[in-house]
Amino acid sequence: MSNIDKATVAKIARLARIKIEDQKLAPLAGELNQILNWVEQLDEVNTDNVAPMASVVDAKLRWRSDEITDGDKQESVLKNAPKAEYGFFAVPKVIE
Amino acid sequence: MSKYIIQGAKDDFEVVIGLEVHAQVISNSKLFSGASTEFGAEPNSQVSLVDAAMPGMLPTINAECVRQAVRTGLAIGAEINKYSVFDRKNYFYADLPQGYQISQFKHPIVGEGTVVLDMGDNKTKDVGVERIHLEQDAGKSMHDQHPQYTYVDLNRSGVALMEIVSKPDMTSPEEAGAYLTKLRTILRYIGTCDGNMEQGSMRADVNVSVRRAGEPLGTRCEIKNVNSIRFVRQAVEVEARRQVDIIEAGGKIDQETRLFDPVKGETRSMRSKEEAHDYRYFPDPDLLPLEFDDAFVEAARASLPELPDEKKARLVKALGLNDYTASVLVAEKETAVYFENILEALTSKTGKDAAALAVKASNWVTGDLFGALNKAGKTIEDSPVSAEQGAELLALIEDGTISGRIAKDVFEIMFETGKGAGVIVEEKGLKQVSDTGEIEKIIDAVIAANPEQLAQYRAGRDKLIGFFVGQVMKETGGKANPGMVNQLLKPKLDG
Amino acid sequence: MSDLTKLKIAEARNLLGKGELSARELTEAHVKAVEASTPLNAYVAVTADQAITMADAADAKIKAGNINGMTGIPVGIKDLFATKGVHTQACSHILDGFKPEYESTVTQKLWDDGAIMLGKLNMDEFAMGSSNETSYYGPVKNPWRRGTTDTVPGGSSGGSVAAVAGFAAMGATASDTGGSIRQPASFTGTFGIKPTYGRCSRYGMVAFASSLDQAGVITRDVRDGAIMLASISGFDPKDSTSVDLAVPNFEAAITGDIRGMKIGIPAEYRQDGMPSEIEALWQKGIGWLKDAGAEIVDISLPHTKYALATYYIVAPAEASSNLARYDGVRYGLRVTPENGSLDAMYDATRAAGFGDEVKRRIMIGTYVLSAGYYDAYYLKAQKVRQLISNDFKSAFEKVDAILTPTAPSAAFAPGEKTDDPLSMYLNDVFTVPASLAGLPGSSVPAGLDANGLPLGLQILGKPWDEETVFKVSGVIEEAAGFTATPSVWWR
Repeated sequence: MSNIDKATVAKIARLARIKIEDQKLAPLAGELNQILNWVEQLDEVNTDNVAPMASVVDAKLRWRSDEITDGDKQESVLKNAPKAEYGFFAVPKVIE
Repeated sequence: MSKYIIQGAKDDFEVVIGLEVHAQVISNSKLFSGASTEFGAEPNSQVSLVDAAMPGMLPTINAECVRQAVRTGLAIGAEINKYSVFDRKNYFYADLPQGYQISQFKHPIVGEGTVVLDMGDNKTKDVGVERIHLEQDAGKSMHDQHPQYTYVDLNRSGVALMEIVSKPDMTSPEEAGAYLTKLRTILRYIGTCDGNMEQGSMRADVNVSVRRAGEPLGTRCEIKNVNSIRFVRQAVEVEARRQVDIIEAGGKIDQETRLFDPVKGETRSMRSKEEAHDYRYFPDPDLLPLEFDDAFVEAARASLPELPDEKKARLVKALGLNDYTASVLVAEKETAVYFENILEALTSKTGKDAAALAVKASNWVTGDLFGALNKAGKTIEDSPVSAEQGAELLALIEDGTISGRIAKDVFEIMFETGKGAGVIVEEKGLKQVSDTGEIEKIIDAVIAANPEQLAQYRAGRDKLIGFFVGQVMKETGGKANPGMVNQLLKPKLDG
Repeated sequence: MSDLTKLKIAEARNLLGKGELSARELTEAHVKAVEASTPLNAYVAVTADQAITMADAADAKIKAGNINGMTGIPVGIKDLFATKGVHTQACSHILDGFKPEYESTVTQKLWDDGAIMLGKLNMDEFAMGSSNETSYYGPVKNPWRRGTTDTVPGGSSGGSVAAVAGFAAMGATASDTGGSIRQPASFTGTFGIKPTYGRCSRYGMVAFASSLDQAGVITRDVRDGAIMLASISGFDPKDSTSVDLAVPNFEAAITGDIRGMKIGIPAEYRQDGMPSEIEALWQKGIGWLKDAGAEIVDISLPHTKYALATYYIVAPAEASSNLARYDGVRYGLRVTPENGSLDAMYDATRAAGFGDEVKRRIMIGTYVLSAGYYDAYYLKAQKVRQLISNDFKSAFEKVDAILTPTAPSAAFAPGEKTDDPLSMYLNDVFTVPASLAGLPGSSVPAGLDANGLPLGLQILGKPWDEETVFKVSGVIEEAAGFTATPSVWWR
């Protein structure tokens, strides 16, 4: 039985980088528990000796040849950027 | 080599070291996009829309990166996994456009292998490699260009890296350094990584723990992104000392990520970055499992050149070099190439057997050439004297045209001017005098000019023969054939 | 309003080919219809000028004798297909203002064939929803109403079905992750087909759950679906999961001849509490196929009841990772609190940019992948997924196609299921299993419920056997004789 508490919701939100207001933590915990308790019905299925599905298509990964076919499009790369300066993306300063 | 021990106030401690080396794969284009991998371009100019993680962009794998990883595995005798899987390692950072790094977690492309370290005195040590996996590099963040902003350049984003993970088999800073050195040599030999640590093509995360002798492994700390072999040694040293001090003071080591500061000579915690790391690895659904067959592995194996250990063994066995000289010659791929080229040219010029010339050639390379390069601050790659030119010089000694002494002067001029040895000898009239009559004339004159020394010699001071040889050489400007001088001088002195 | 908007693609193709109709006329009629369709809220961006330019180019092509199935045909594009220089936001606020510098393979193939873009179609945000109520651009209205009550068009391809059912596009691109083509098709009396996973390139398609997402089409009948799907199908080296197989002539497969074909009826789809109308329609469908000479075979897909739970682990897990790139750094929305750090910018941007359902799924996905839970949830789900796929494999050893209802109900009213995520998820109960297995599936309009709302039947085929899906769909369509259209209340 899943029992996610407010602290766990806060931790997940932190991992997912989504700010969640304090007063929304409890209701969200409720929703997540409801969904998780429901998906836990999978515990009924015996999956001993079952390999997890590795790919949907029955094919091998195709390889491309080692050629330079892309790049040299700084303008396109930066075109939609909320902030770009001197050819760089600019983001709020990272404090190390 | 004696055991590396850290003496604490009460007990002696051992250090246990493991390295995770990130080596940039040599390829034209990136691991999952067609953008160039070249270093030093305009910001964000070597970025495809895939590298910038635009919505709906998908990865496609570069065959060459797969081949290079397999070649690297084969070069360290590792198990090659014909089935491997790419996983996503999820975390947020400004220079990680997708919000995940495509890496290999559960099923890496290369399994266990071994790197053999030369520990001197014909001794070696095996360091186990746990695995090698392929992954994407991140971009670059610059925090010091603007007061409010961090600038992000994605040129490196998506470049293929091999992460080479050692076992915790090293027990001293020297071994850690030797491991990284050897690994770098191997990668450079086989051409899978240029080993350029200054440009960041190779960097190491160093795991360090300490324990009292006989105790189980202690808690380890990971020192991130150490970018020179010297710093690896230093980082191990100071980190081990730090841990010993804590333990002896009754403290406990926290497993954490640390940073080595070479200026202050200390490591410090990066705990701020560690907060809440949970990478949530899972197989990348945009890629299928990576599979290849034995034929692919065999083709990769066939493409490998002679490896440093093999080359060294050959130099010792077939050419009669001593272990030390052979080690020096194979340590850098360029040195080995230079040596082999000079030996080949010399063999063809003199018609003599390579084994008969190898010691002379190696002495010249590791002595005269290295000395001059060192003094000039140059590497063998930009040596003003080519292997072909070096062979010409050595050939002149071999055939008696010049003496070894004169050869040193000629080499000096060659090194400065880039001219050929033959031309210099001709221009400066440095040909060795091997004319018996001429040498005899000079010997007679020297004996006549030094009656006192002659008397002493005849009275039993044999060593004075050296004085007479020196005088004869001086008179001829060093050009007299020294063997001949010795041969002619003795009977005359003996009377 | 011109009758031109009532034409089917195949009919228009004939007229265009004979020179009795120009792409320009056809397009102008549709541009007007698009404008008039505003109350449906099917379009989030209209590209009228571009459409006219493309129409003229199509006319030139036709004049040069260079015509194929989609030349001169005006279509709508679901907002998750990247269209160069045109609004592409997957109906999320987080992609605010995003205009890609590239074209998705699916749309490029349409333009290469001479099709005409009318605009970008509304959808559930990042395709997460079954009623088109999670779009940042507001809900889409179903052209079909329950009396005078609005109904939802289904989702996530709500804009696609509303535009096609509402005569504001001759066809539309759509995408299906757990049923997002078939369920809305069923709700709107349109034909929808999702091909085999790997048949259409995902390049340039905003990702929801990569191992499930597959492009497809919405059209007004089966033949039109075959024409349009052929246009967008085919191998693409830019997508590692695209498979290098020739695209069959789907249209030629619609022969009406299914004599001797074995049709599977899965026992597990007969669920407690299934509305009698759905059950009755299914029985009708079985009868039609039997009458056409098919052999009906009872089959078992024993893990069916676990498909939804499996889906609601796998899809959010992949989504939580796929949507990590929306971080305010390189495109789209950026919200920076005053003096905020990079982390504060991430938190605020993603809080403001994602809607509740998307956040919920990202949270679930993050949780099921997190340390200590991966094996219990994600790995377990991928194992059950394998069992579900195996069920289909065994079934298809005995049958050529499978017939089921598409959705457990007809279209419902807005707001009816938004308070309870689980009841909304149950909409996908019949469509999700085939999505998990990567199988081709269609929904064919087959009848009306007591309220006069359309209901569809689902046909599932073997991997790469869309031809059989089309063949059986054609027989159902023919037998059902579904000719009803919504009364036009929105113009």
